[in-house]
Amino acid sequence: MGNNENCQCTNCDMQEIAPLPSEIIEFIDVCAKGERPESQLIAILHKVQLHYGYLPRPILDDVAQLLQVPTSVVSGVSSFYHFFRLTPKGKYSISVCMGTACFVKGADKILEAIQSELGIEIGETTGDGFFTLEQSRCLGVCALAPVMTINGKVYSQVTPTRIPEILSQLRNDNMPE
Amino acid sequence: MEQIEYKLLTRRFDIIDALSIDDYIAQGGYTALAAAMKMKPEEIVEEVKLSGLRGRGGAAFPVGLKMDSVRKADSEVKYLICNADEGEPGNFKDRYLMEKDPHQVLEGMIICSAAVGAHKGYIFIRGEYTRSIYIMSSAVQAALEKGFLGKNILGTGHDFEIEIYTGAGSYVCGEEFALMLCIEGNPARSTYKPPFPTTEGLFGKPTQINNVESFANIPSIISMTGAEYSKIGTKDSKGTKLVSLCGNVVKKGLYEVPFGVSIRDVIDGPGGGPLQDGILMVQIGGASGPCLPPDMLDIPLDYKTFADQGLSLGSGAIIVIDRRFGVLDIVRNTLKFFKHESCGKCTPCREGIYHLLILFDKFILGQAEQKDLDTMMQLIETVEQTSICGLGQAAPTALKTTLHYFPQAYMSGMRTNRSRVI
Repeated sequence: MGNNENCQCTNCDMQEIAPLPSEIIEFIDVCAKGERPESQLIAILHKVQLHYGYLPRPILDDVAQLLQVPTSVVSGVSSFYHFFRLTPKGKYSISVCMGTACFVKGADKILEAIQSELGIEIGETTGDGFFTLEQSRCLGVCALAPVMTINGKVYSQVTPTRIPEILSQLRNDNMPE
Repeated sequence: MEQIEYKLLTRRFDIIDALSIDDYIAQGGYTALAAAMKMKPEEIVEEVKLSGLRGRGGAAFPVGLKMDSVRKADSEVKYLICNADEGEPGNFKDRYLMEKDPHQVLEGMIICSAAVGAHKGYIFIRGEYTRSIYIMSSAVQAALEKGFLGKNILGTGHDFEIEIYTGAGSYVCGEEFALMLCIEGNPARSTYKPPFPTTEGLFGKPTQINNVESFANIPSIISMTGAEYSKIGTKDSKGTKLVSLCGNVVKKGLYEVPFGVSIRDVIDGPGGGPLQDGILMVQIGGASGPCLPPDMLDIPLDYKTFADQGLSLGSGAIIVIDRRFGVLDIVRNTLKFFKHESCGKCTPCREGIYHLLILFDKFILGQAEQKDLDTMMQLIETVEQTSICGLGQAAPTALKTTLHYFPQAYMSGMRTNRSRVI
């Protein structure tokens, strides 16, 4: 944490963030020299988010600098699209599909079960930084409804009674031996 | 009951390995491309026109006409885009088409590119569809190696390359202008039409943009001729339709049926019937589609029949909702979805949906008055008619159709009505 040892928050610019890895810098350089640099912005942000788990503010400034597009454009794009996160998320990101097909299969009950189990609202992260709860729009696996994903893994035909078991399983997997 | 299905686009599903181009070729794949490459561009366009194929993304614009405009557009650079940003709740047909027979989609795109004179194409796939992205990328690579893509395709001198573009989670990107803005690297906030994409599309150039299913139809049209293809379906709607059947039915899944089959045929036939609680209503096309009561399920899937009723067929999802749910619960979920997905550019959509939800909640709480109902009706019309893009225009559809077909659900949410009943 360098000079900011006292800062406990997970979401501020004071936190030290590792610099962009060289392969992403190279990718941006290639894009910047290409015909339409700005059209690669979303692809670049995908790579950045894959690396950091979210889009840290100072890194967005670096991207703007490297790509030679205004910071306002980078910031506008990264805040517009739901896929991009501007704050760090928990180790496990739970996303419950709220599409109509899942809704009529009881997706709202699933969401309630997770909320009461973890004590967090949609968009929040548990105090231990373990779980983040989100809702997503239709994932296109309606035949398996209701579905939720945890770090991209699809859990199909979920029932509220299975929720405590699924979550405690994940916690147990991460217990020190 | 099996005869209800008609396997044209899905005929190779689960028979071939989606990752094997050789499997596709062994099943007659890329022969349509070879045939099309011997034809003049205008002849290809003519076949598609004859087939009567209409866009399968929801707007149902004749594909042949669109190709004709792009072909005739005076520009050195033209683009072709395959819209695979399938985000309409309840739809999964594009996912199946890409994951079970990716080369059929590519072949359609390549034929189309030769017809309209485009040398660069994009497949815009939503970020959540990781497997589709993987399979389509592999398919593009395999087609390049076999010479179906790239420079001088099949020795004809036609060049065409395809880039896979991944979206970043925005429902509005399914709208064509929003999608093109996204590829250009902007927030996807749609814009006024005209000009249409056929004259000023991606990067300001003429652009042929179609849904995955529309492209997937093109190889079959070339192979069997447009005239033969047009014999499938009804007088006004040619060919087959992929139906994503889901919700409270016994056998959920993707079914391909010829136009003219009724909604009930699909639910009771391949769908195995509704679950025991019985059908409350059926939502057609996804969140932006109409909600129909059980007694309307005999209407055939046909563009004209739907249009005559003031409805839209949309992209072909059938979501069965049974009696365990209340009409208002479903509509509220839909309105919340649109409120969240509105891009915020135009006032009718951004503010209109927000206020529709506030008014709507009065009905849920049983506190609505006659003036709330009147305001809501007026607001529905405003949002529908003055929103810039399809998202806002279609957002109140579920609300409007349920008001029309299920007035009793709203009446019971009105304070005055309740006092009268007591």
